[in-house]
Amino acid sequence: MVPTSYYLVLSAILFGLGVIAFIYKRNIISIFMSIELMLNAVNLAFVAFSRALGQLQGQVFVFFVIVVAAAEAAVGLAIIILITRNRGTLDVERVDLLKH
Amino acid sequence: MPILTHLWILPLLPLLGAAANGIFGGRWPKSAVTAVALSSTTLLFLATLEAVREFFTLPAEQIPWIKSYFTWIAAAGFRADFAVQVDQLTVIMLLVVTGVGWLIHIYSSGYMHDDPGYRRFFSYLNLFMFFMLLLVLAANYLVMFVGWEGVGLCSYLLIGFFFLKKSATNAGNKAFWVNRIGDFGFILGVLLILRTFGSLDFATVLPRAAAMAADPAGQIGTLTAIALLLFVGAAGKSAQLPLYVWLPDAMEGPTPVSALIHAATMVTAGVYMVARSHAIFLNAPVAMQVVAVIGCVTALFAATIGLVQTDIKKVLAYSTVSQLGYMFLACGVGAFTSGVFHLMTHAFFKGLLFLAAGSVIHAMGGEQDMRKMGGLRKKIPWTFWTMFMGTLAIAGTPGFSGFFSKDEILEATQRVSTPLWALGLLTAGFTSFYMFRLLFLTFFGEQRFDEHHVHVHESPKNMLAPLVVLAILAVGGGWMAAPHLWGGVNYFEHFLAPVFSTASEATTAVAESSGGAAEIVQGLFGAPVIVGLLGFLLAWWLYIRSPQTPKKIAQSLSTPYKLLSGKYFVDELYAAVIVRPLVWISDKVLWHVVDEGVIDGAVNGVADVSRETGDRLRYASTGNIRTYAAWILMGAVVFTSLLLWMKG
Repeated sequence: MVPTSYYLVLSAILFGLGVIAFIYKRNIISIFMSIELMLNAVNLAFVAFSRALGQLQGQVFVFFVIVVAAAEAAVGLAIIILITRNRGTLDVERVDLLKH
Repeated sequence: MPILTHLWILPLLPLLGAAANGIFGGRWPKSAVTAVALSSTTLLFLATLEAVREFFTLPAEQIPWIKSYFTWIAAAGFRADFAVQVDQLTVIMLLVVTGVGWLIHIYSSGYMHDDPGYRRFFSYLNLFMFFMLLLVLAANYLVMFVGWEGVGLCSYLLIGFFFLKKSATNAGNKAFWVNRIGDFGFILGVLLILRTFGSLDFATVLPRAAAMAADPAGQIGTLTAIALLLFVGAAGKSAQLPLYVWLPDAMEGPTPVSALIHAATMVTAGVYMVARSHAIFLNAPVAMQVVAVIGCVTALFAATIGLVQTDIKKVLAYSTVSQLGYMFLACGVGAFTSGVFHLMTHAFFKGLLFLAAGSVIHAMGGEQDMRKMGGLRKKIPWTFWTMFMGTLAIAGTPGFSGFFSKDEILEATQRVSTPLWALGLLTAGFTSFYMFRLLFLTFFGEQRFDEHHVHVHESPKNMLAPLVVLAILAVGGGWMAAPHLWGGVNYFEHFLAPVFSTASEATTAVAESSGGAAEIVQGLFGAPVIVGLLGFLLAWWLYIRSPQTPKKIAQSLSTPYKLLSGKYFVDELYAAVIVRPLVWISDKVLWHVVDEGVIDGAVNGVADVSRETGDRLRYASTGNIRTYAAWILMGAVVFTSLLLWMKG
């Protein structure tokens, strides 16, 4: 049986990749996908704990996170489409109207 | 008993009149405004007469007749009802207020006819009647206080009636402020009554005060403190030293207002209040002495100023202050009945004198300076004859109303204090002098105006009729008290006896012992009459016989003359001692330091700090999403490590 720590290390790596991608990527869709990556890293940790502790709460949380991620995907993609239509770019560096 | 059962009708009538004219009158023609104002006061007077008739059918044990309408304030152990009452004293005040008020309303419909503020005037005047009725009908100090403040408000509004005139608004403000001082004393007195007796109802407080042991002479106990505080209020409302300064300035208001509010009714409210609280005052010897001395000194003080005034209304104003002093003198020596009696006769003759003066001013096209009048006797005979009657009454001519009331006061004073009696007597002489001076300057001698510019005309009938009625009252109003001169009953005193039962024992004993032919002779040719005659002769000598003499006297006695014509410079003194320091403190300290420095400083300081902080912090908002993400990451790392560190 694979020890729980393996899952947690994998989860931490995935989460770290998500964070790094979130900060360094300029393409808004990449940023969006890195958020999804972080959410799934957390899901993995939840499930790992759920199994290690023999409790169901962790899995219930995962369902919540999936629902939130689905909603986020709907709203987020809509926002991305609007930004692209209005500004003609996917580069977040150039979405800086508030600054001026 | 329809009216006594529904006493609320009385104050409601003028209130409706005021509301109707005040709210809707703007769209009505002048005749409708007049109809509303006059019908409300006429109905009020008729209702009062009916109430008085019903009052006389009441058995003695139902007096005072108290009607309580609702509980106004109920708090731990304290209860004040909205209650009204009628007793003998109220009856006198009701008749004076509604009767004289009614006549002056009629007069005003002529006097104010061409004024653009006609509707406003009658609205205020009706409102005044409402509050005055509340004041005299009140069954406890709280309701009385409402009326008290209400008449003060109406007085303020009507003094400043010609609000485009700076002097009129100033006079209104002055009246309001000076009365604030008095009212502050009054409300402190009322609170002390509440603390001492646990109630504010006359029916509870006064018997208890009468049953209490009197404060020892020369000491200030609770009752004395109450009495003195109440007297501060009375001195403000009734223009006594040192708070009289507002009344002469109040002559800026229209003349009917001077007659109704500043001579006949409102200014006598202080006397009424003192007479109403007589049970408290009688057990406070120090307060009684203060009232008597202040009243007497005010009477003399104001009379001397009145000697040299040239404005016809100012003479009457100082005369009013002086006569109010007489009333307080009477209260101070324990002769409350005489004080109230003088209040009534004064309402008649001073109301008359003011209305007649208004008629003169009307005839002269607005001129108030007596030096520019003269010789008006033939041109406005009705005004002259009625004013002549009023002058005879106030000067104390035997047989006229002022004679009886003033005589009674001086007689009562003589029994208590000879110096006060002497001062009162001197005042009587001055009164006679300045009133005949006014009469002679106005109606006799040569014309001192240009007849081409001033079209002298007699006033219309609706102004003359009230003059005639008041003249009849001024002449005959004293006969109620007359018979005691020849040993009979003083009806007035007899009528008021139940109210002043504690006070009247001393006075009635003396009054009933008098009588006989010698008394009549003494009464008719006693000292007040002789002094009054001297005043008349002096006025006649100076203003008819040799009209050049007054100027010479004024020149040779220039210092006293300047002192008198400058009104003892009391206004200047108050300005220097009270007003200017207050203004200075308000300006230099309260405005520039406290308001601008502390309050504005605090508000502006908060705003400045917020703006400065915002200015620095806004550089953190770059608008760059990746920077934000980095901040979030750093925050998460910091918080997580903090949590771990705290646990470990």
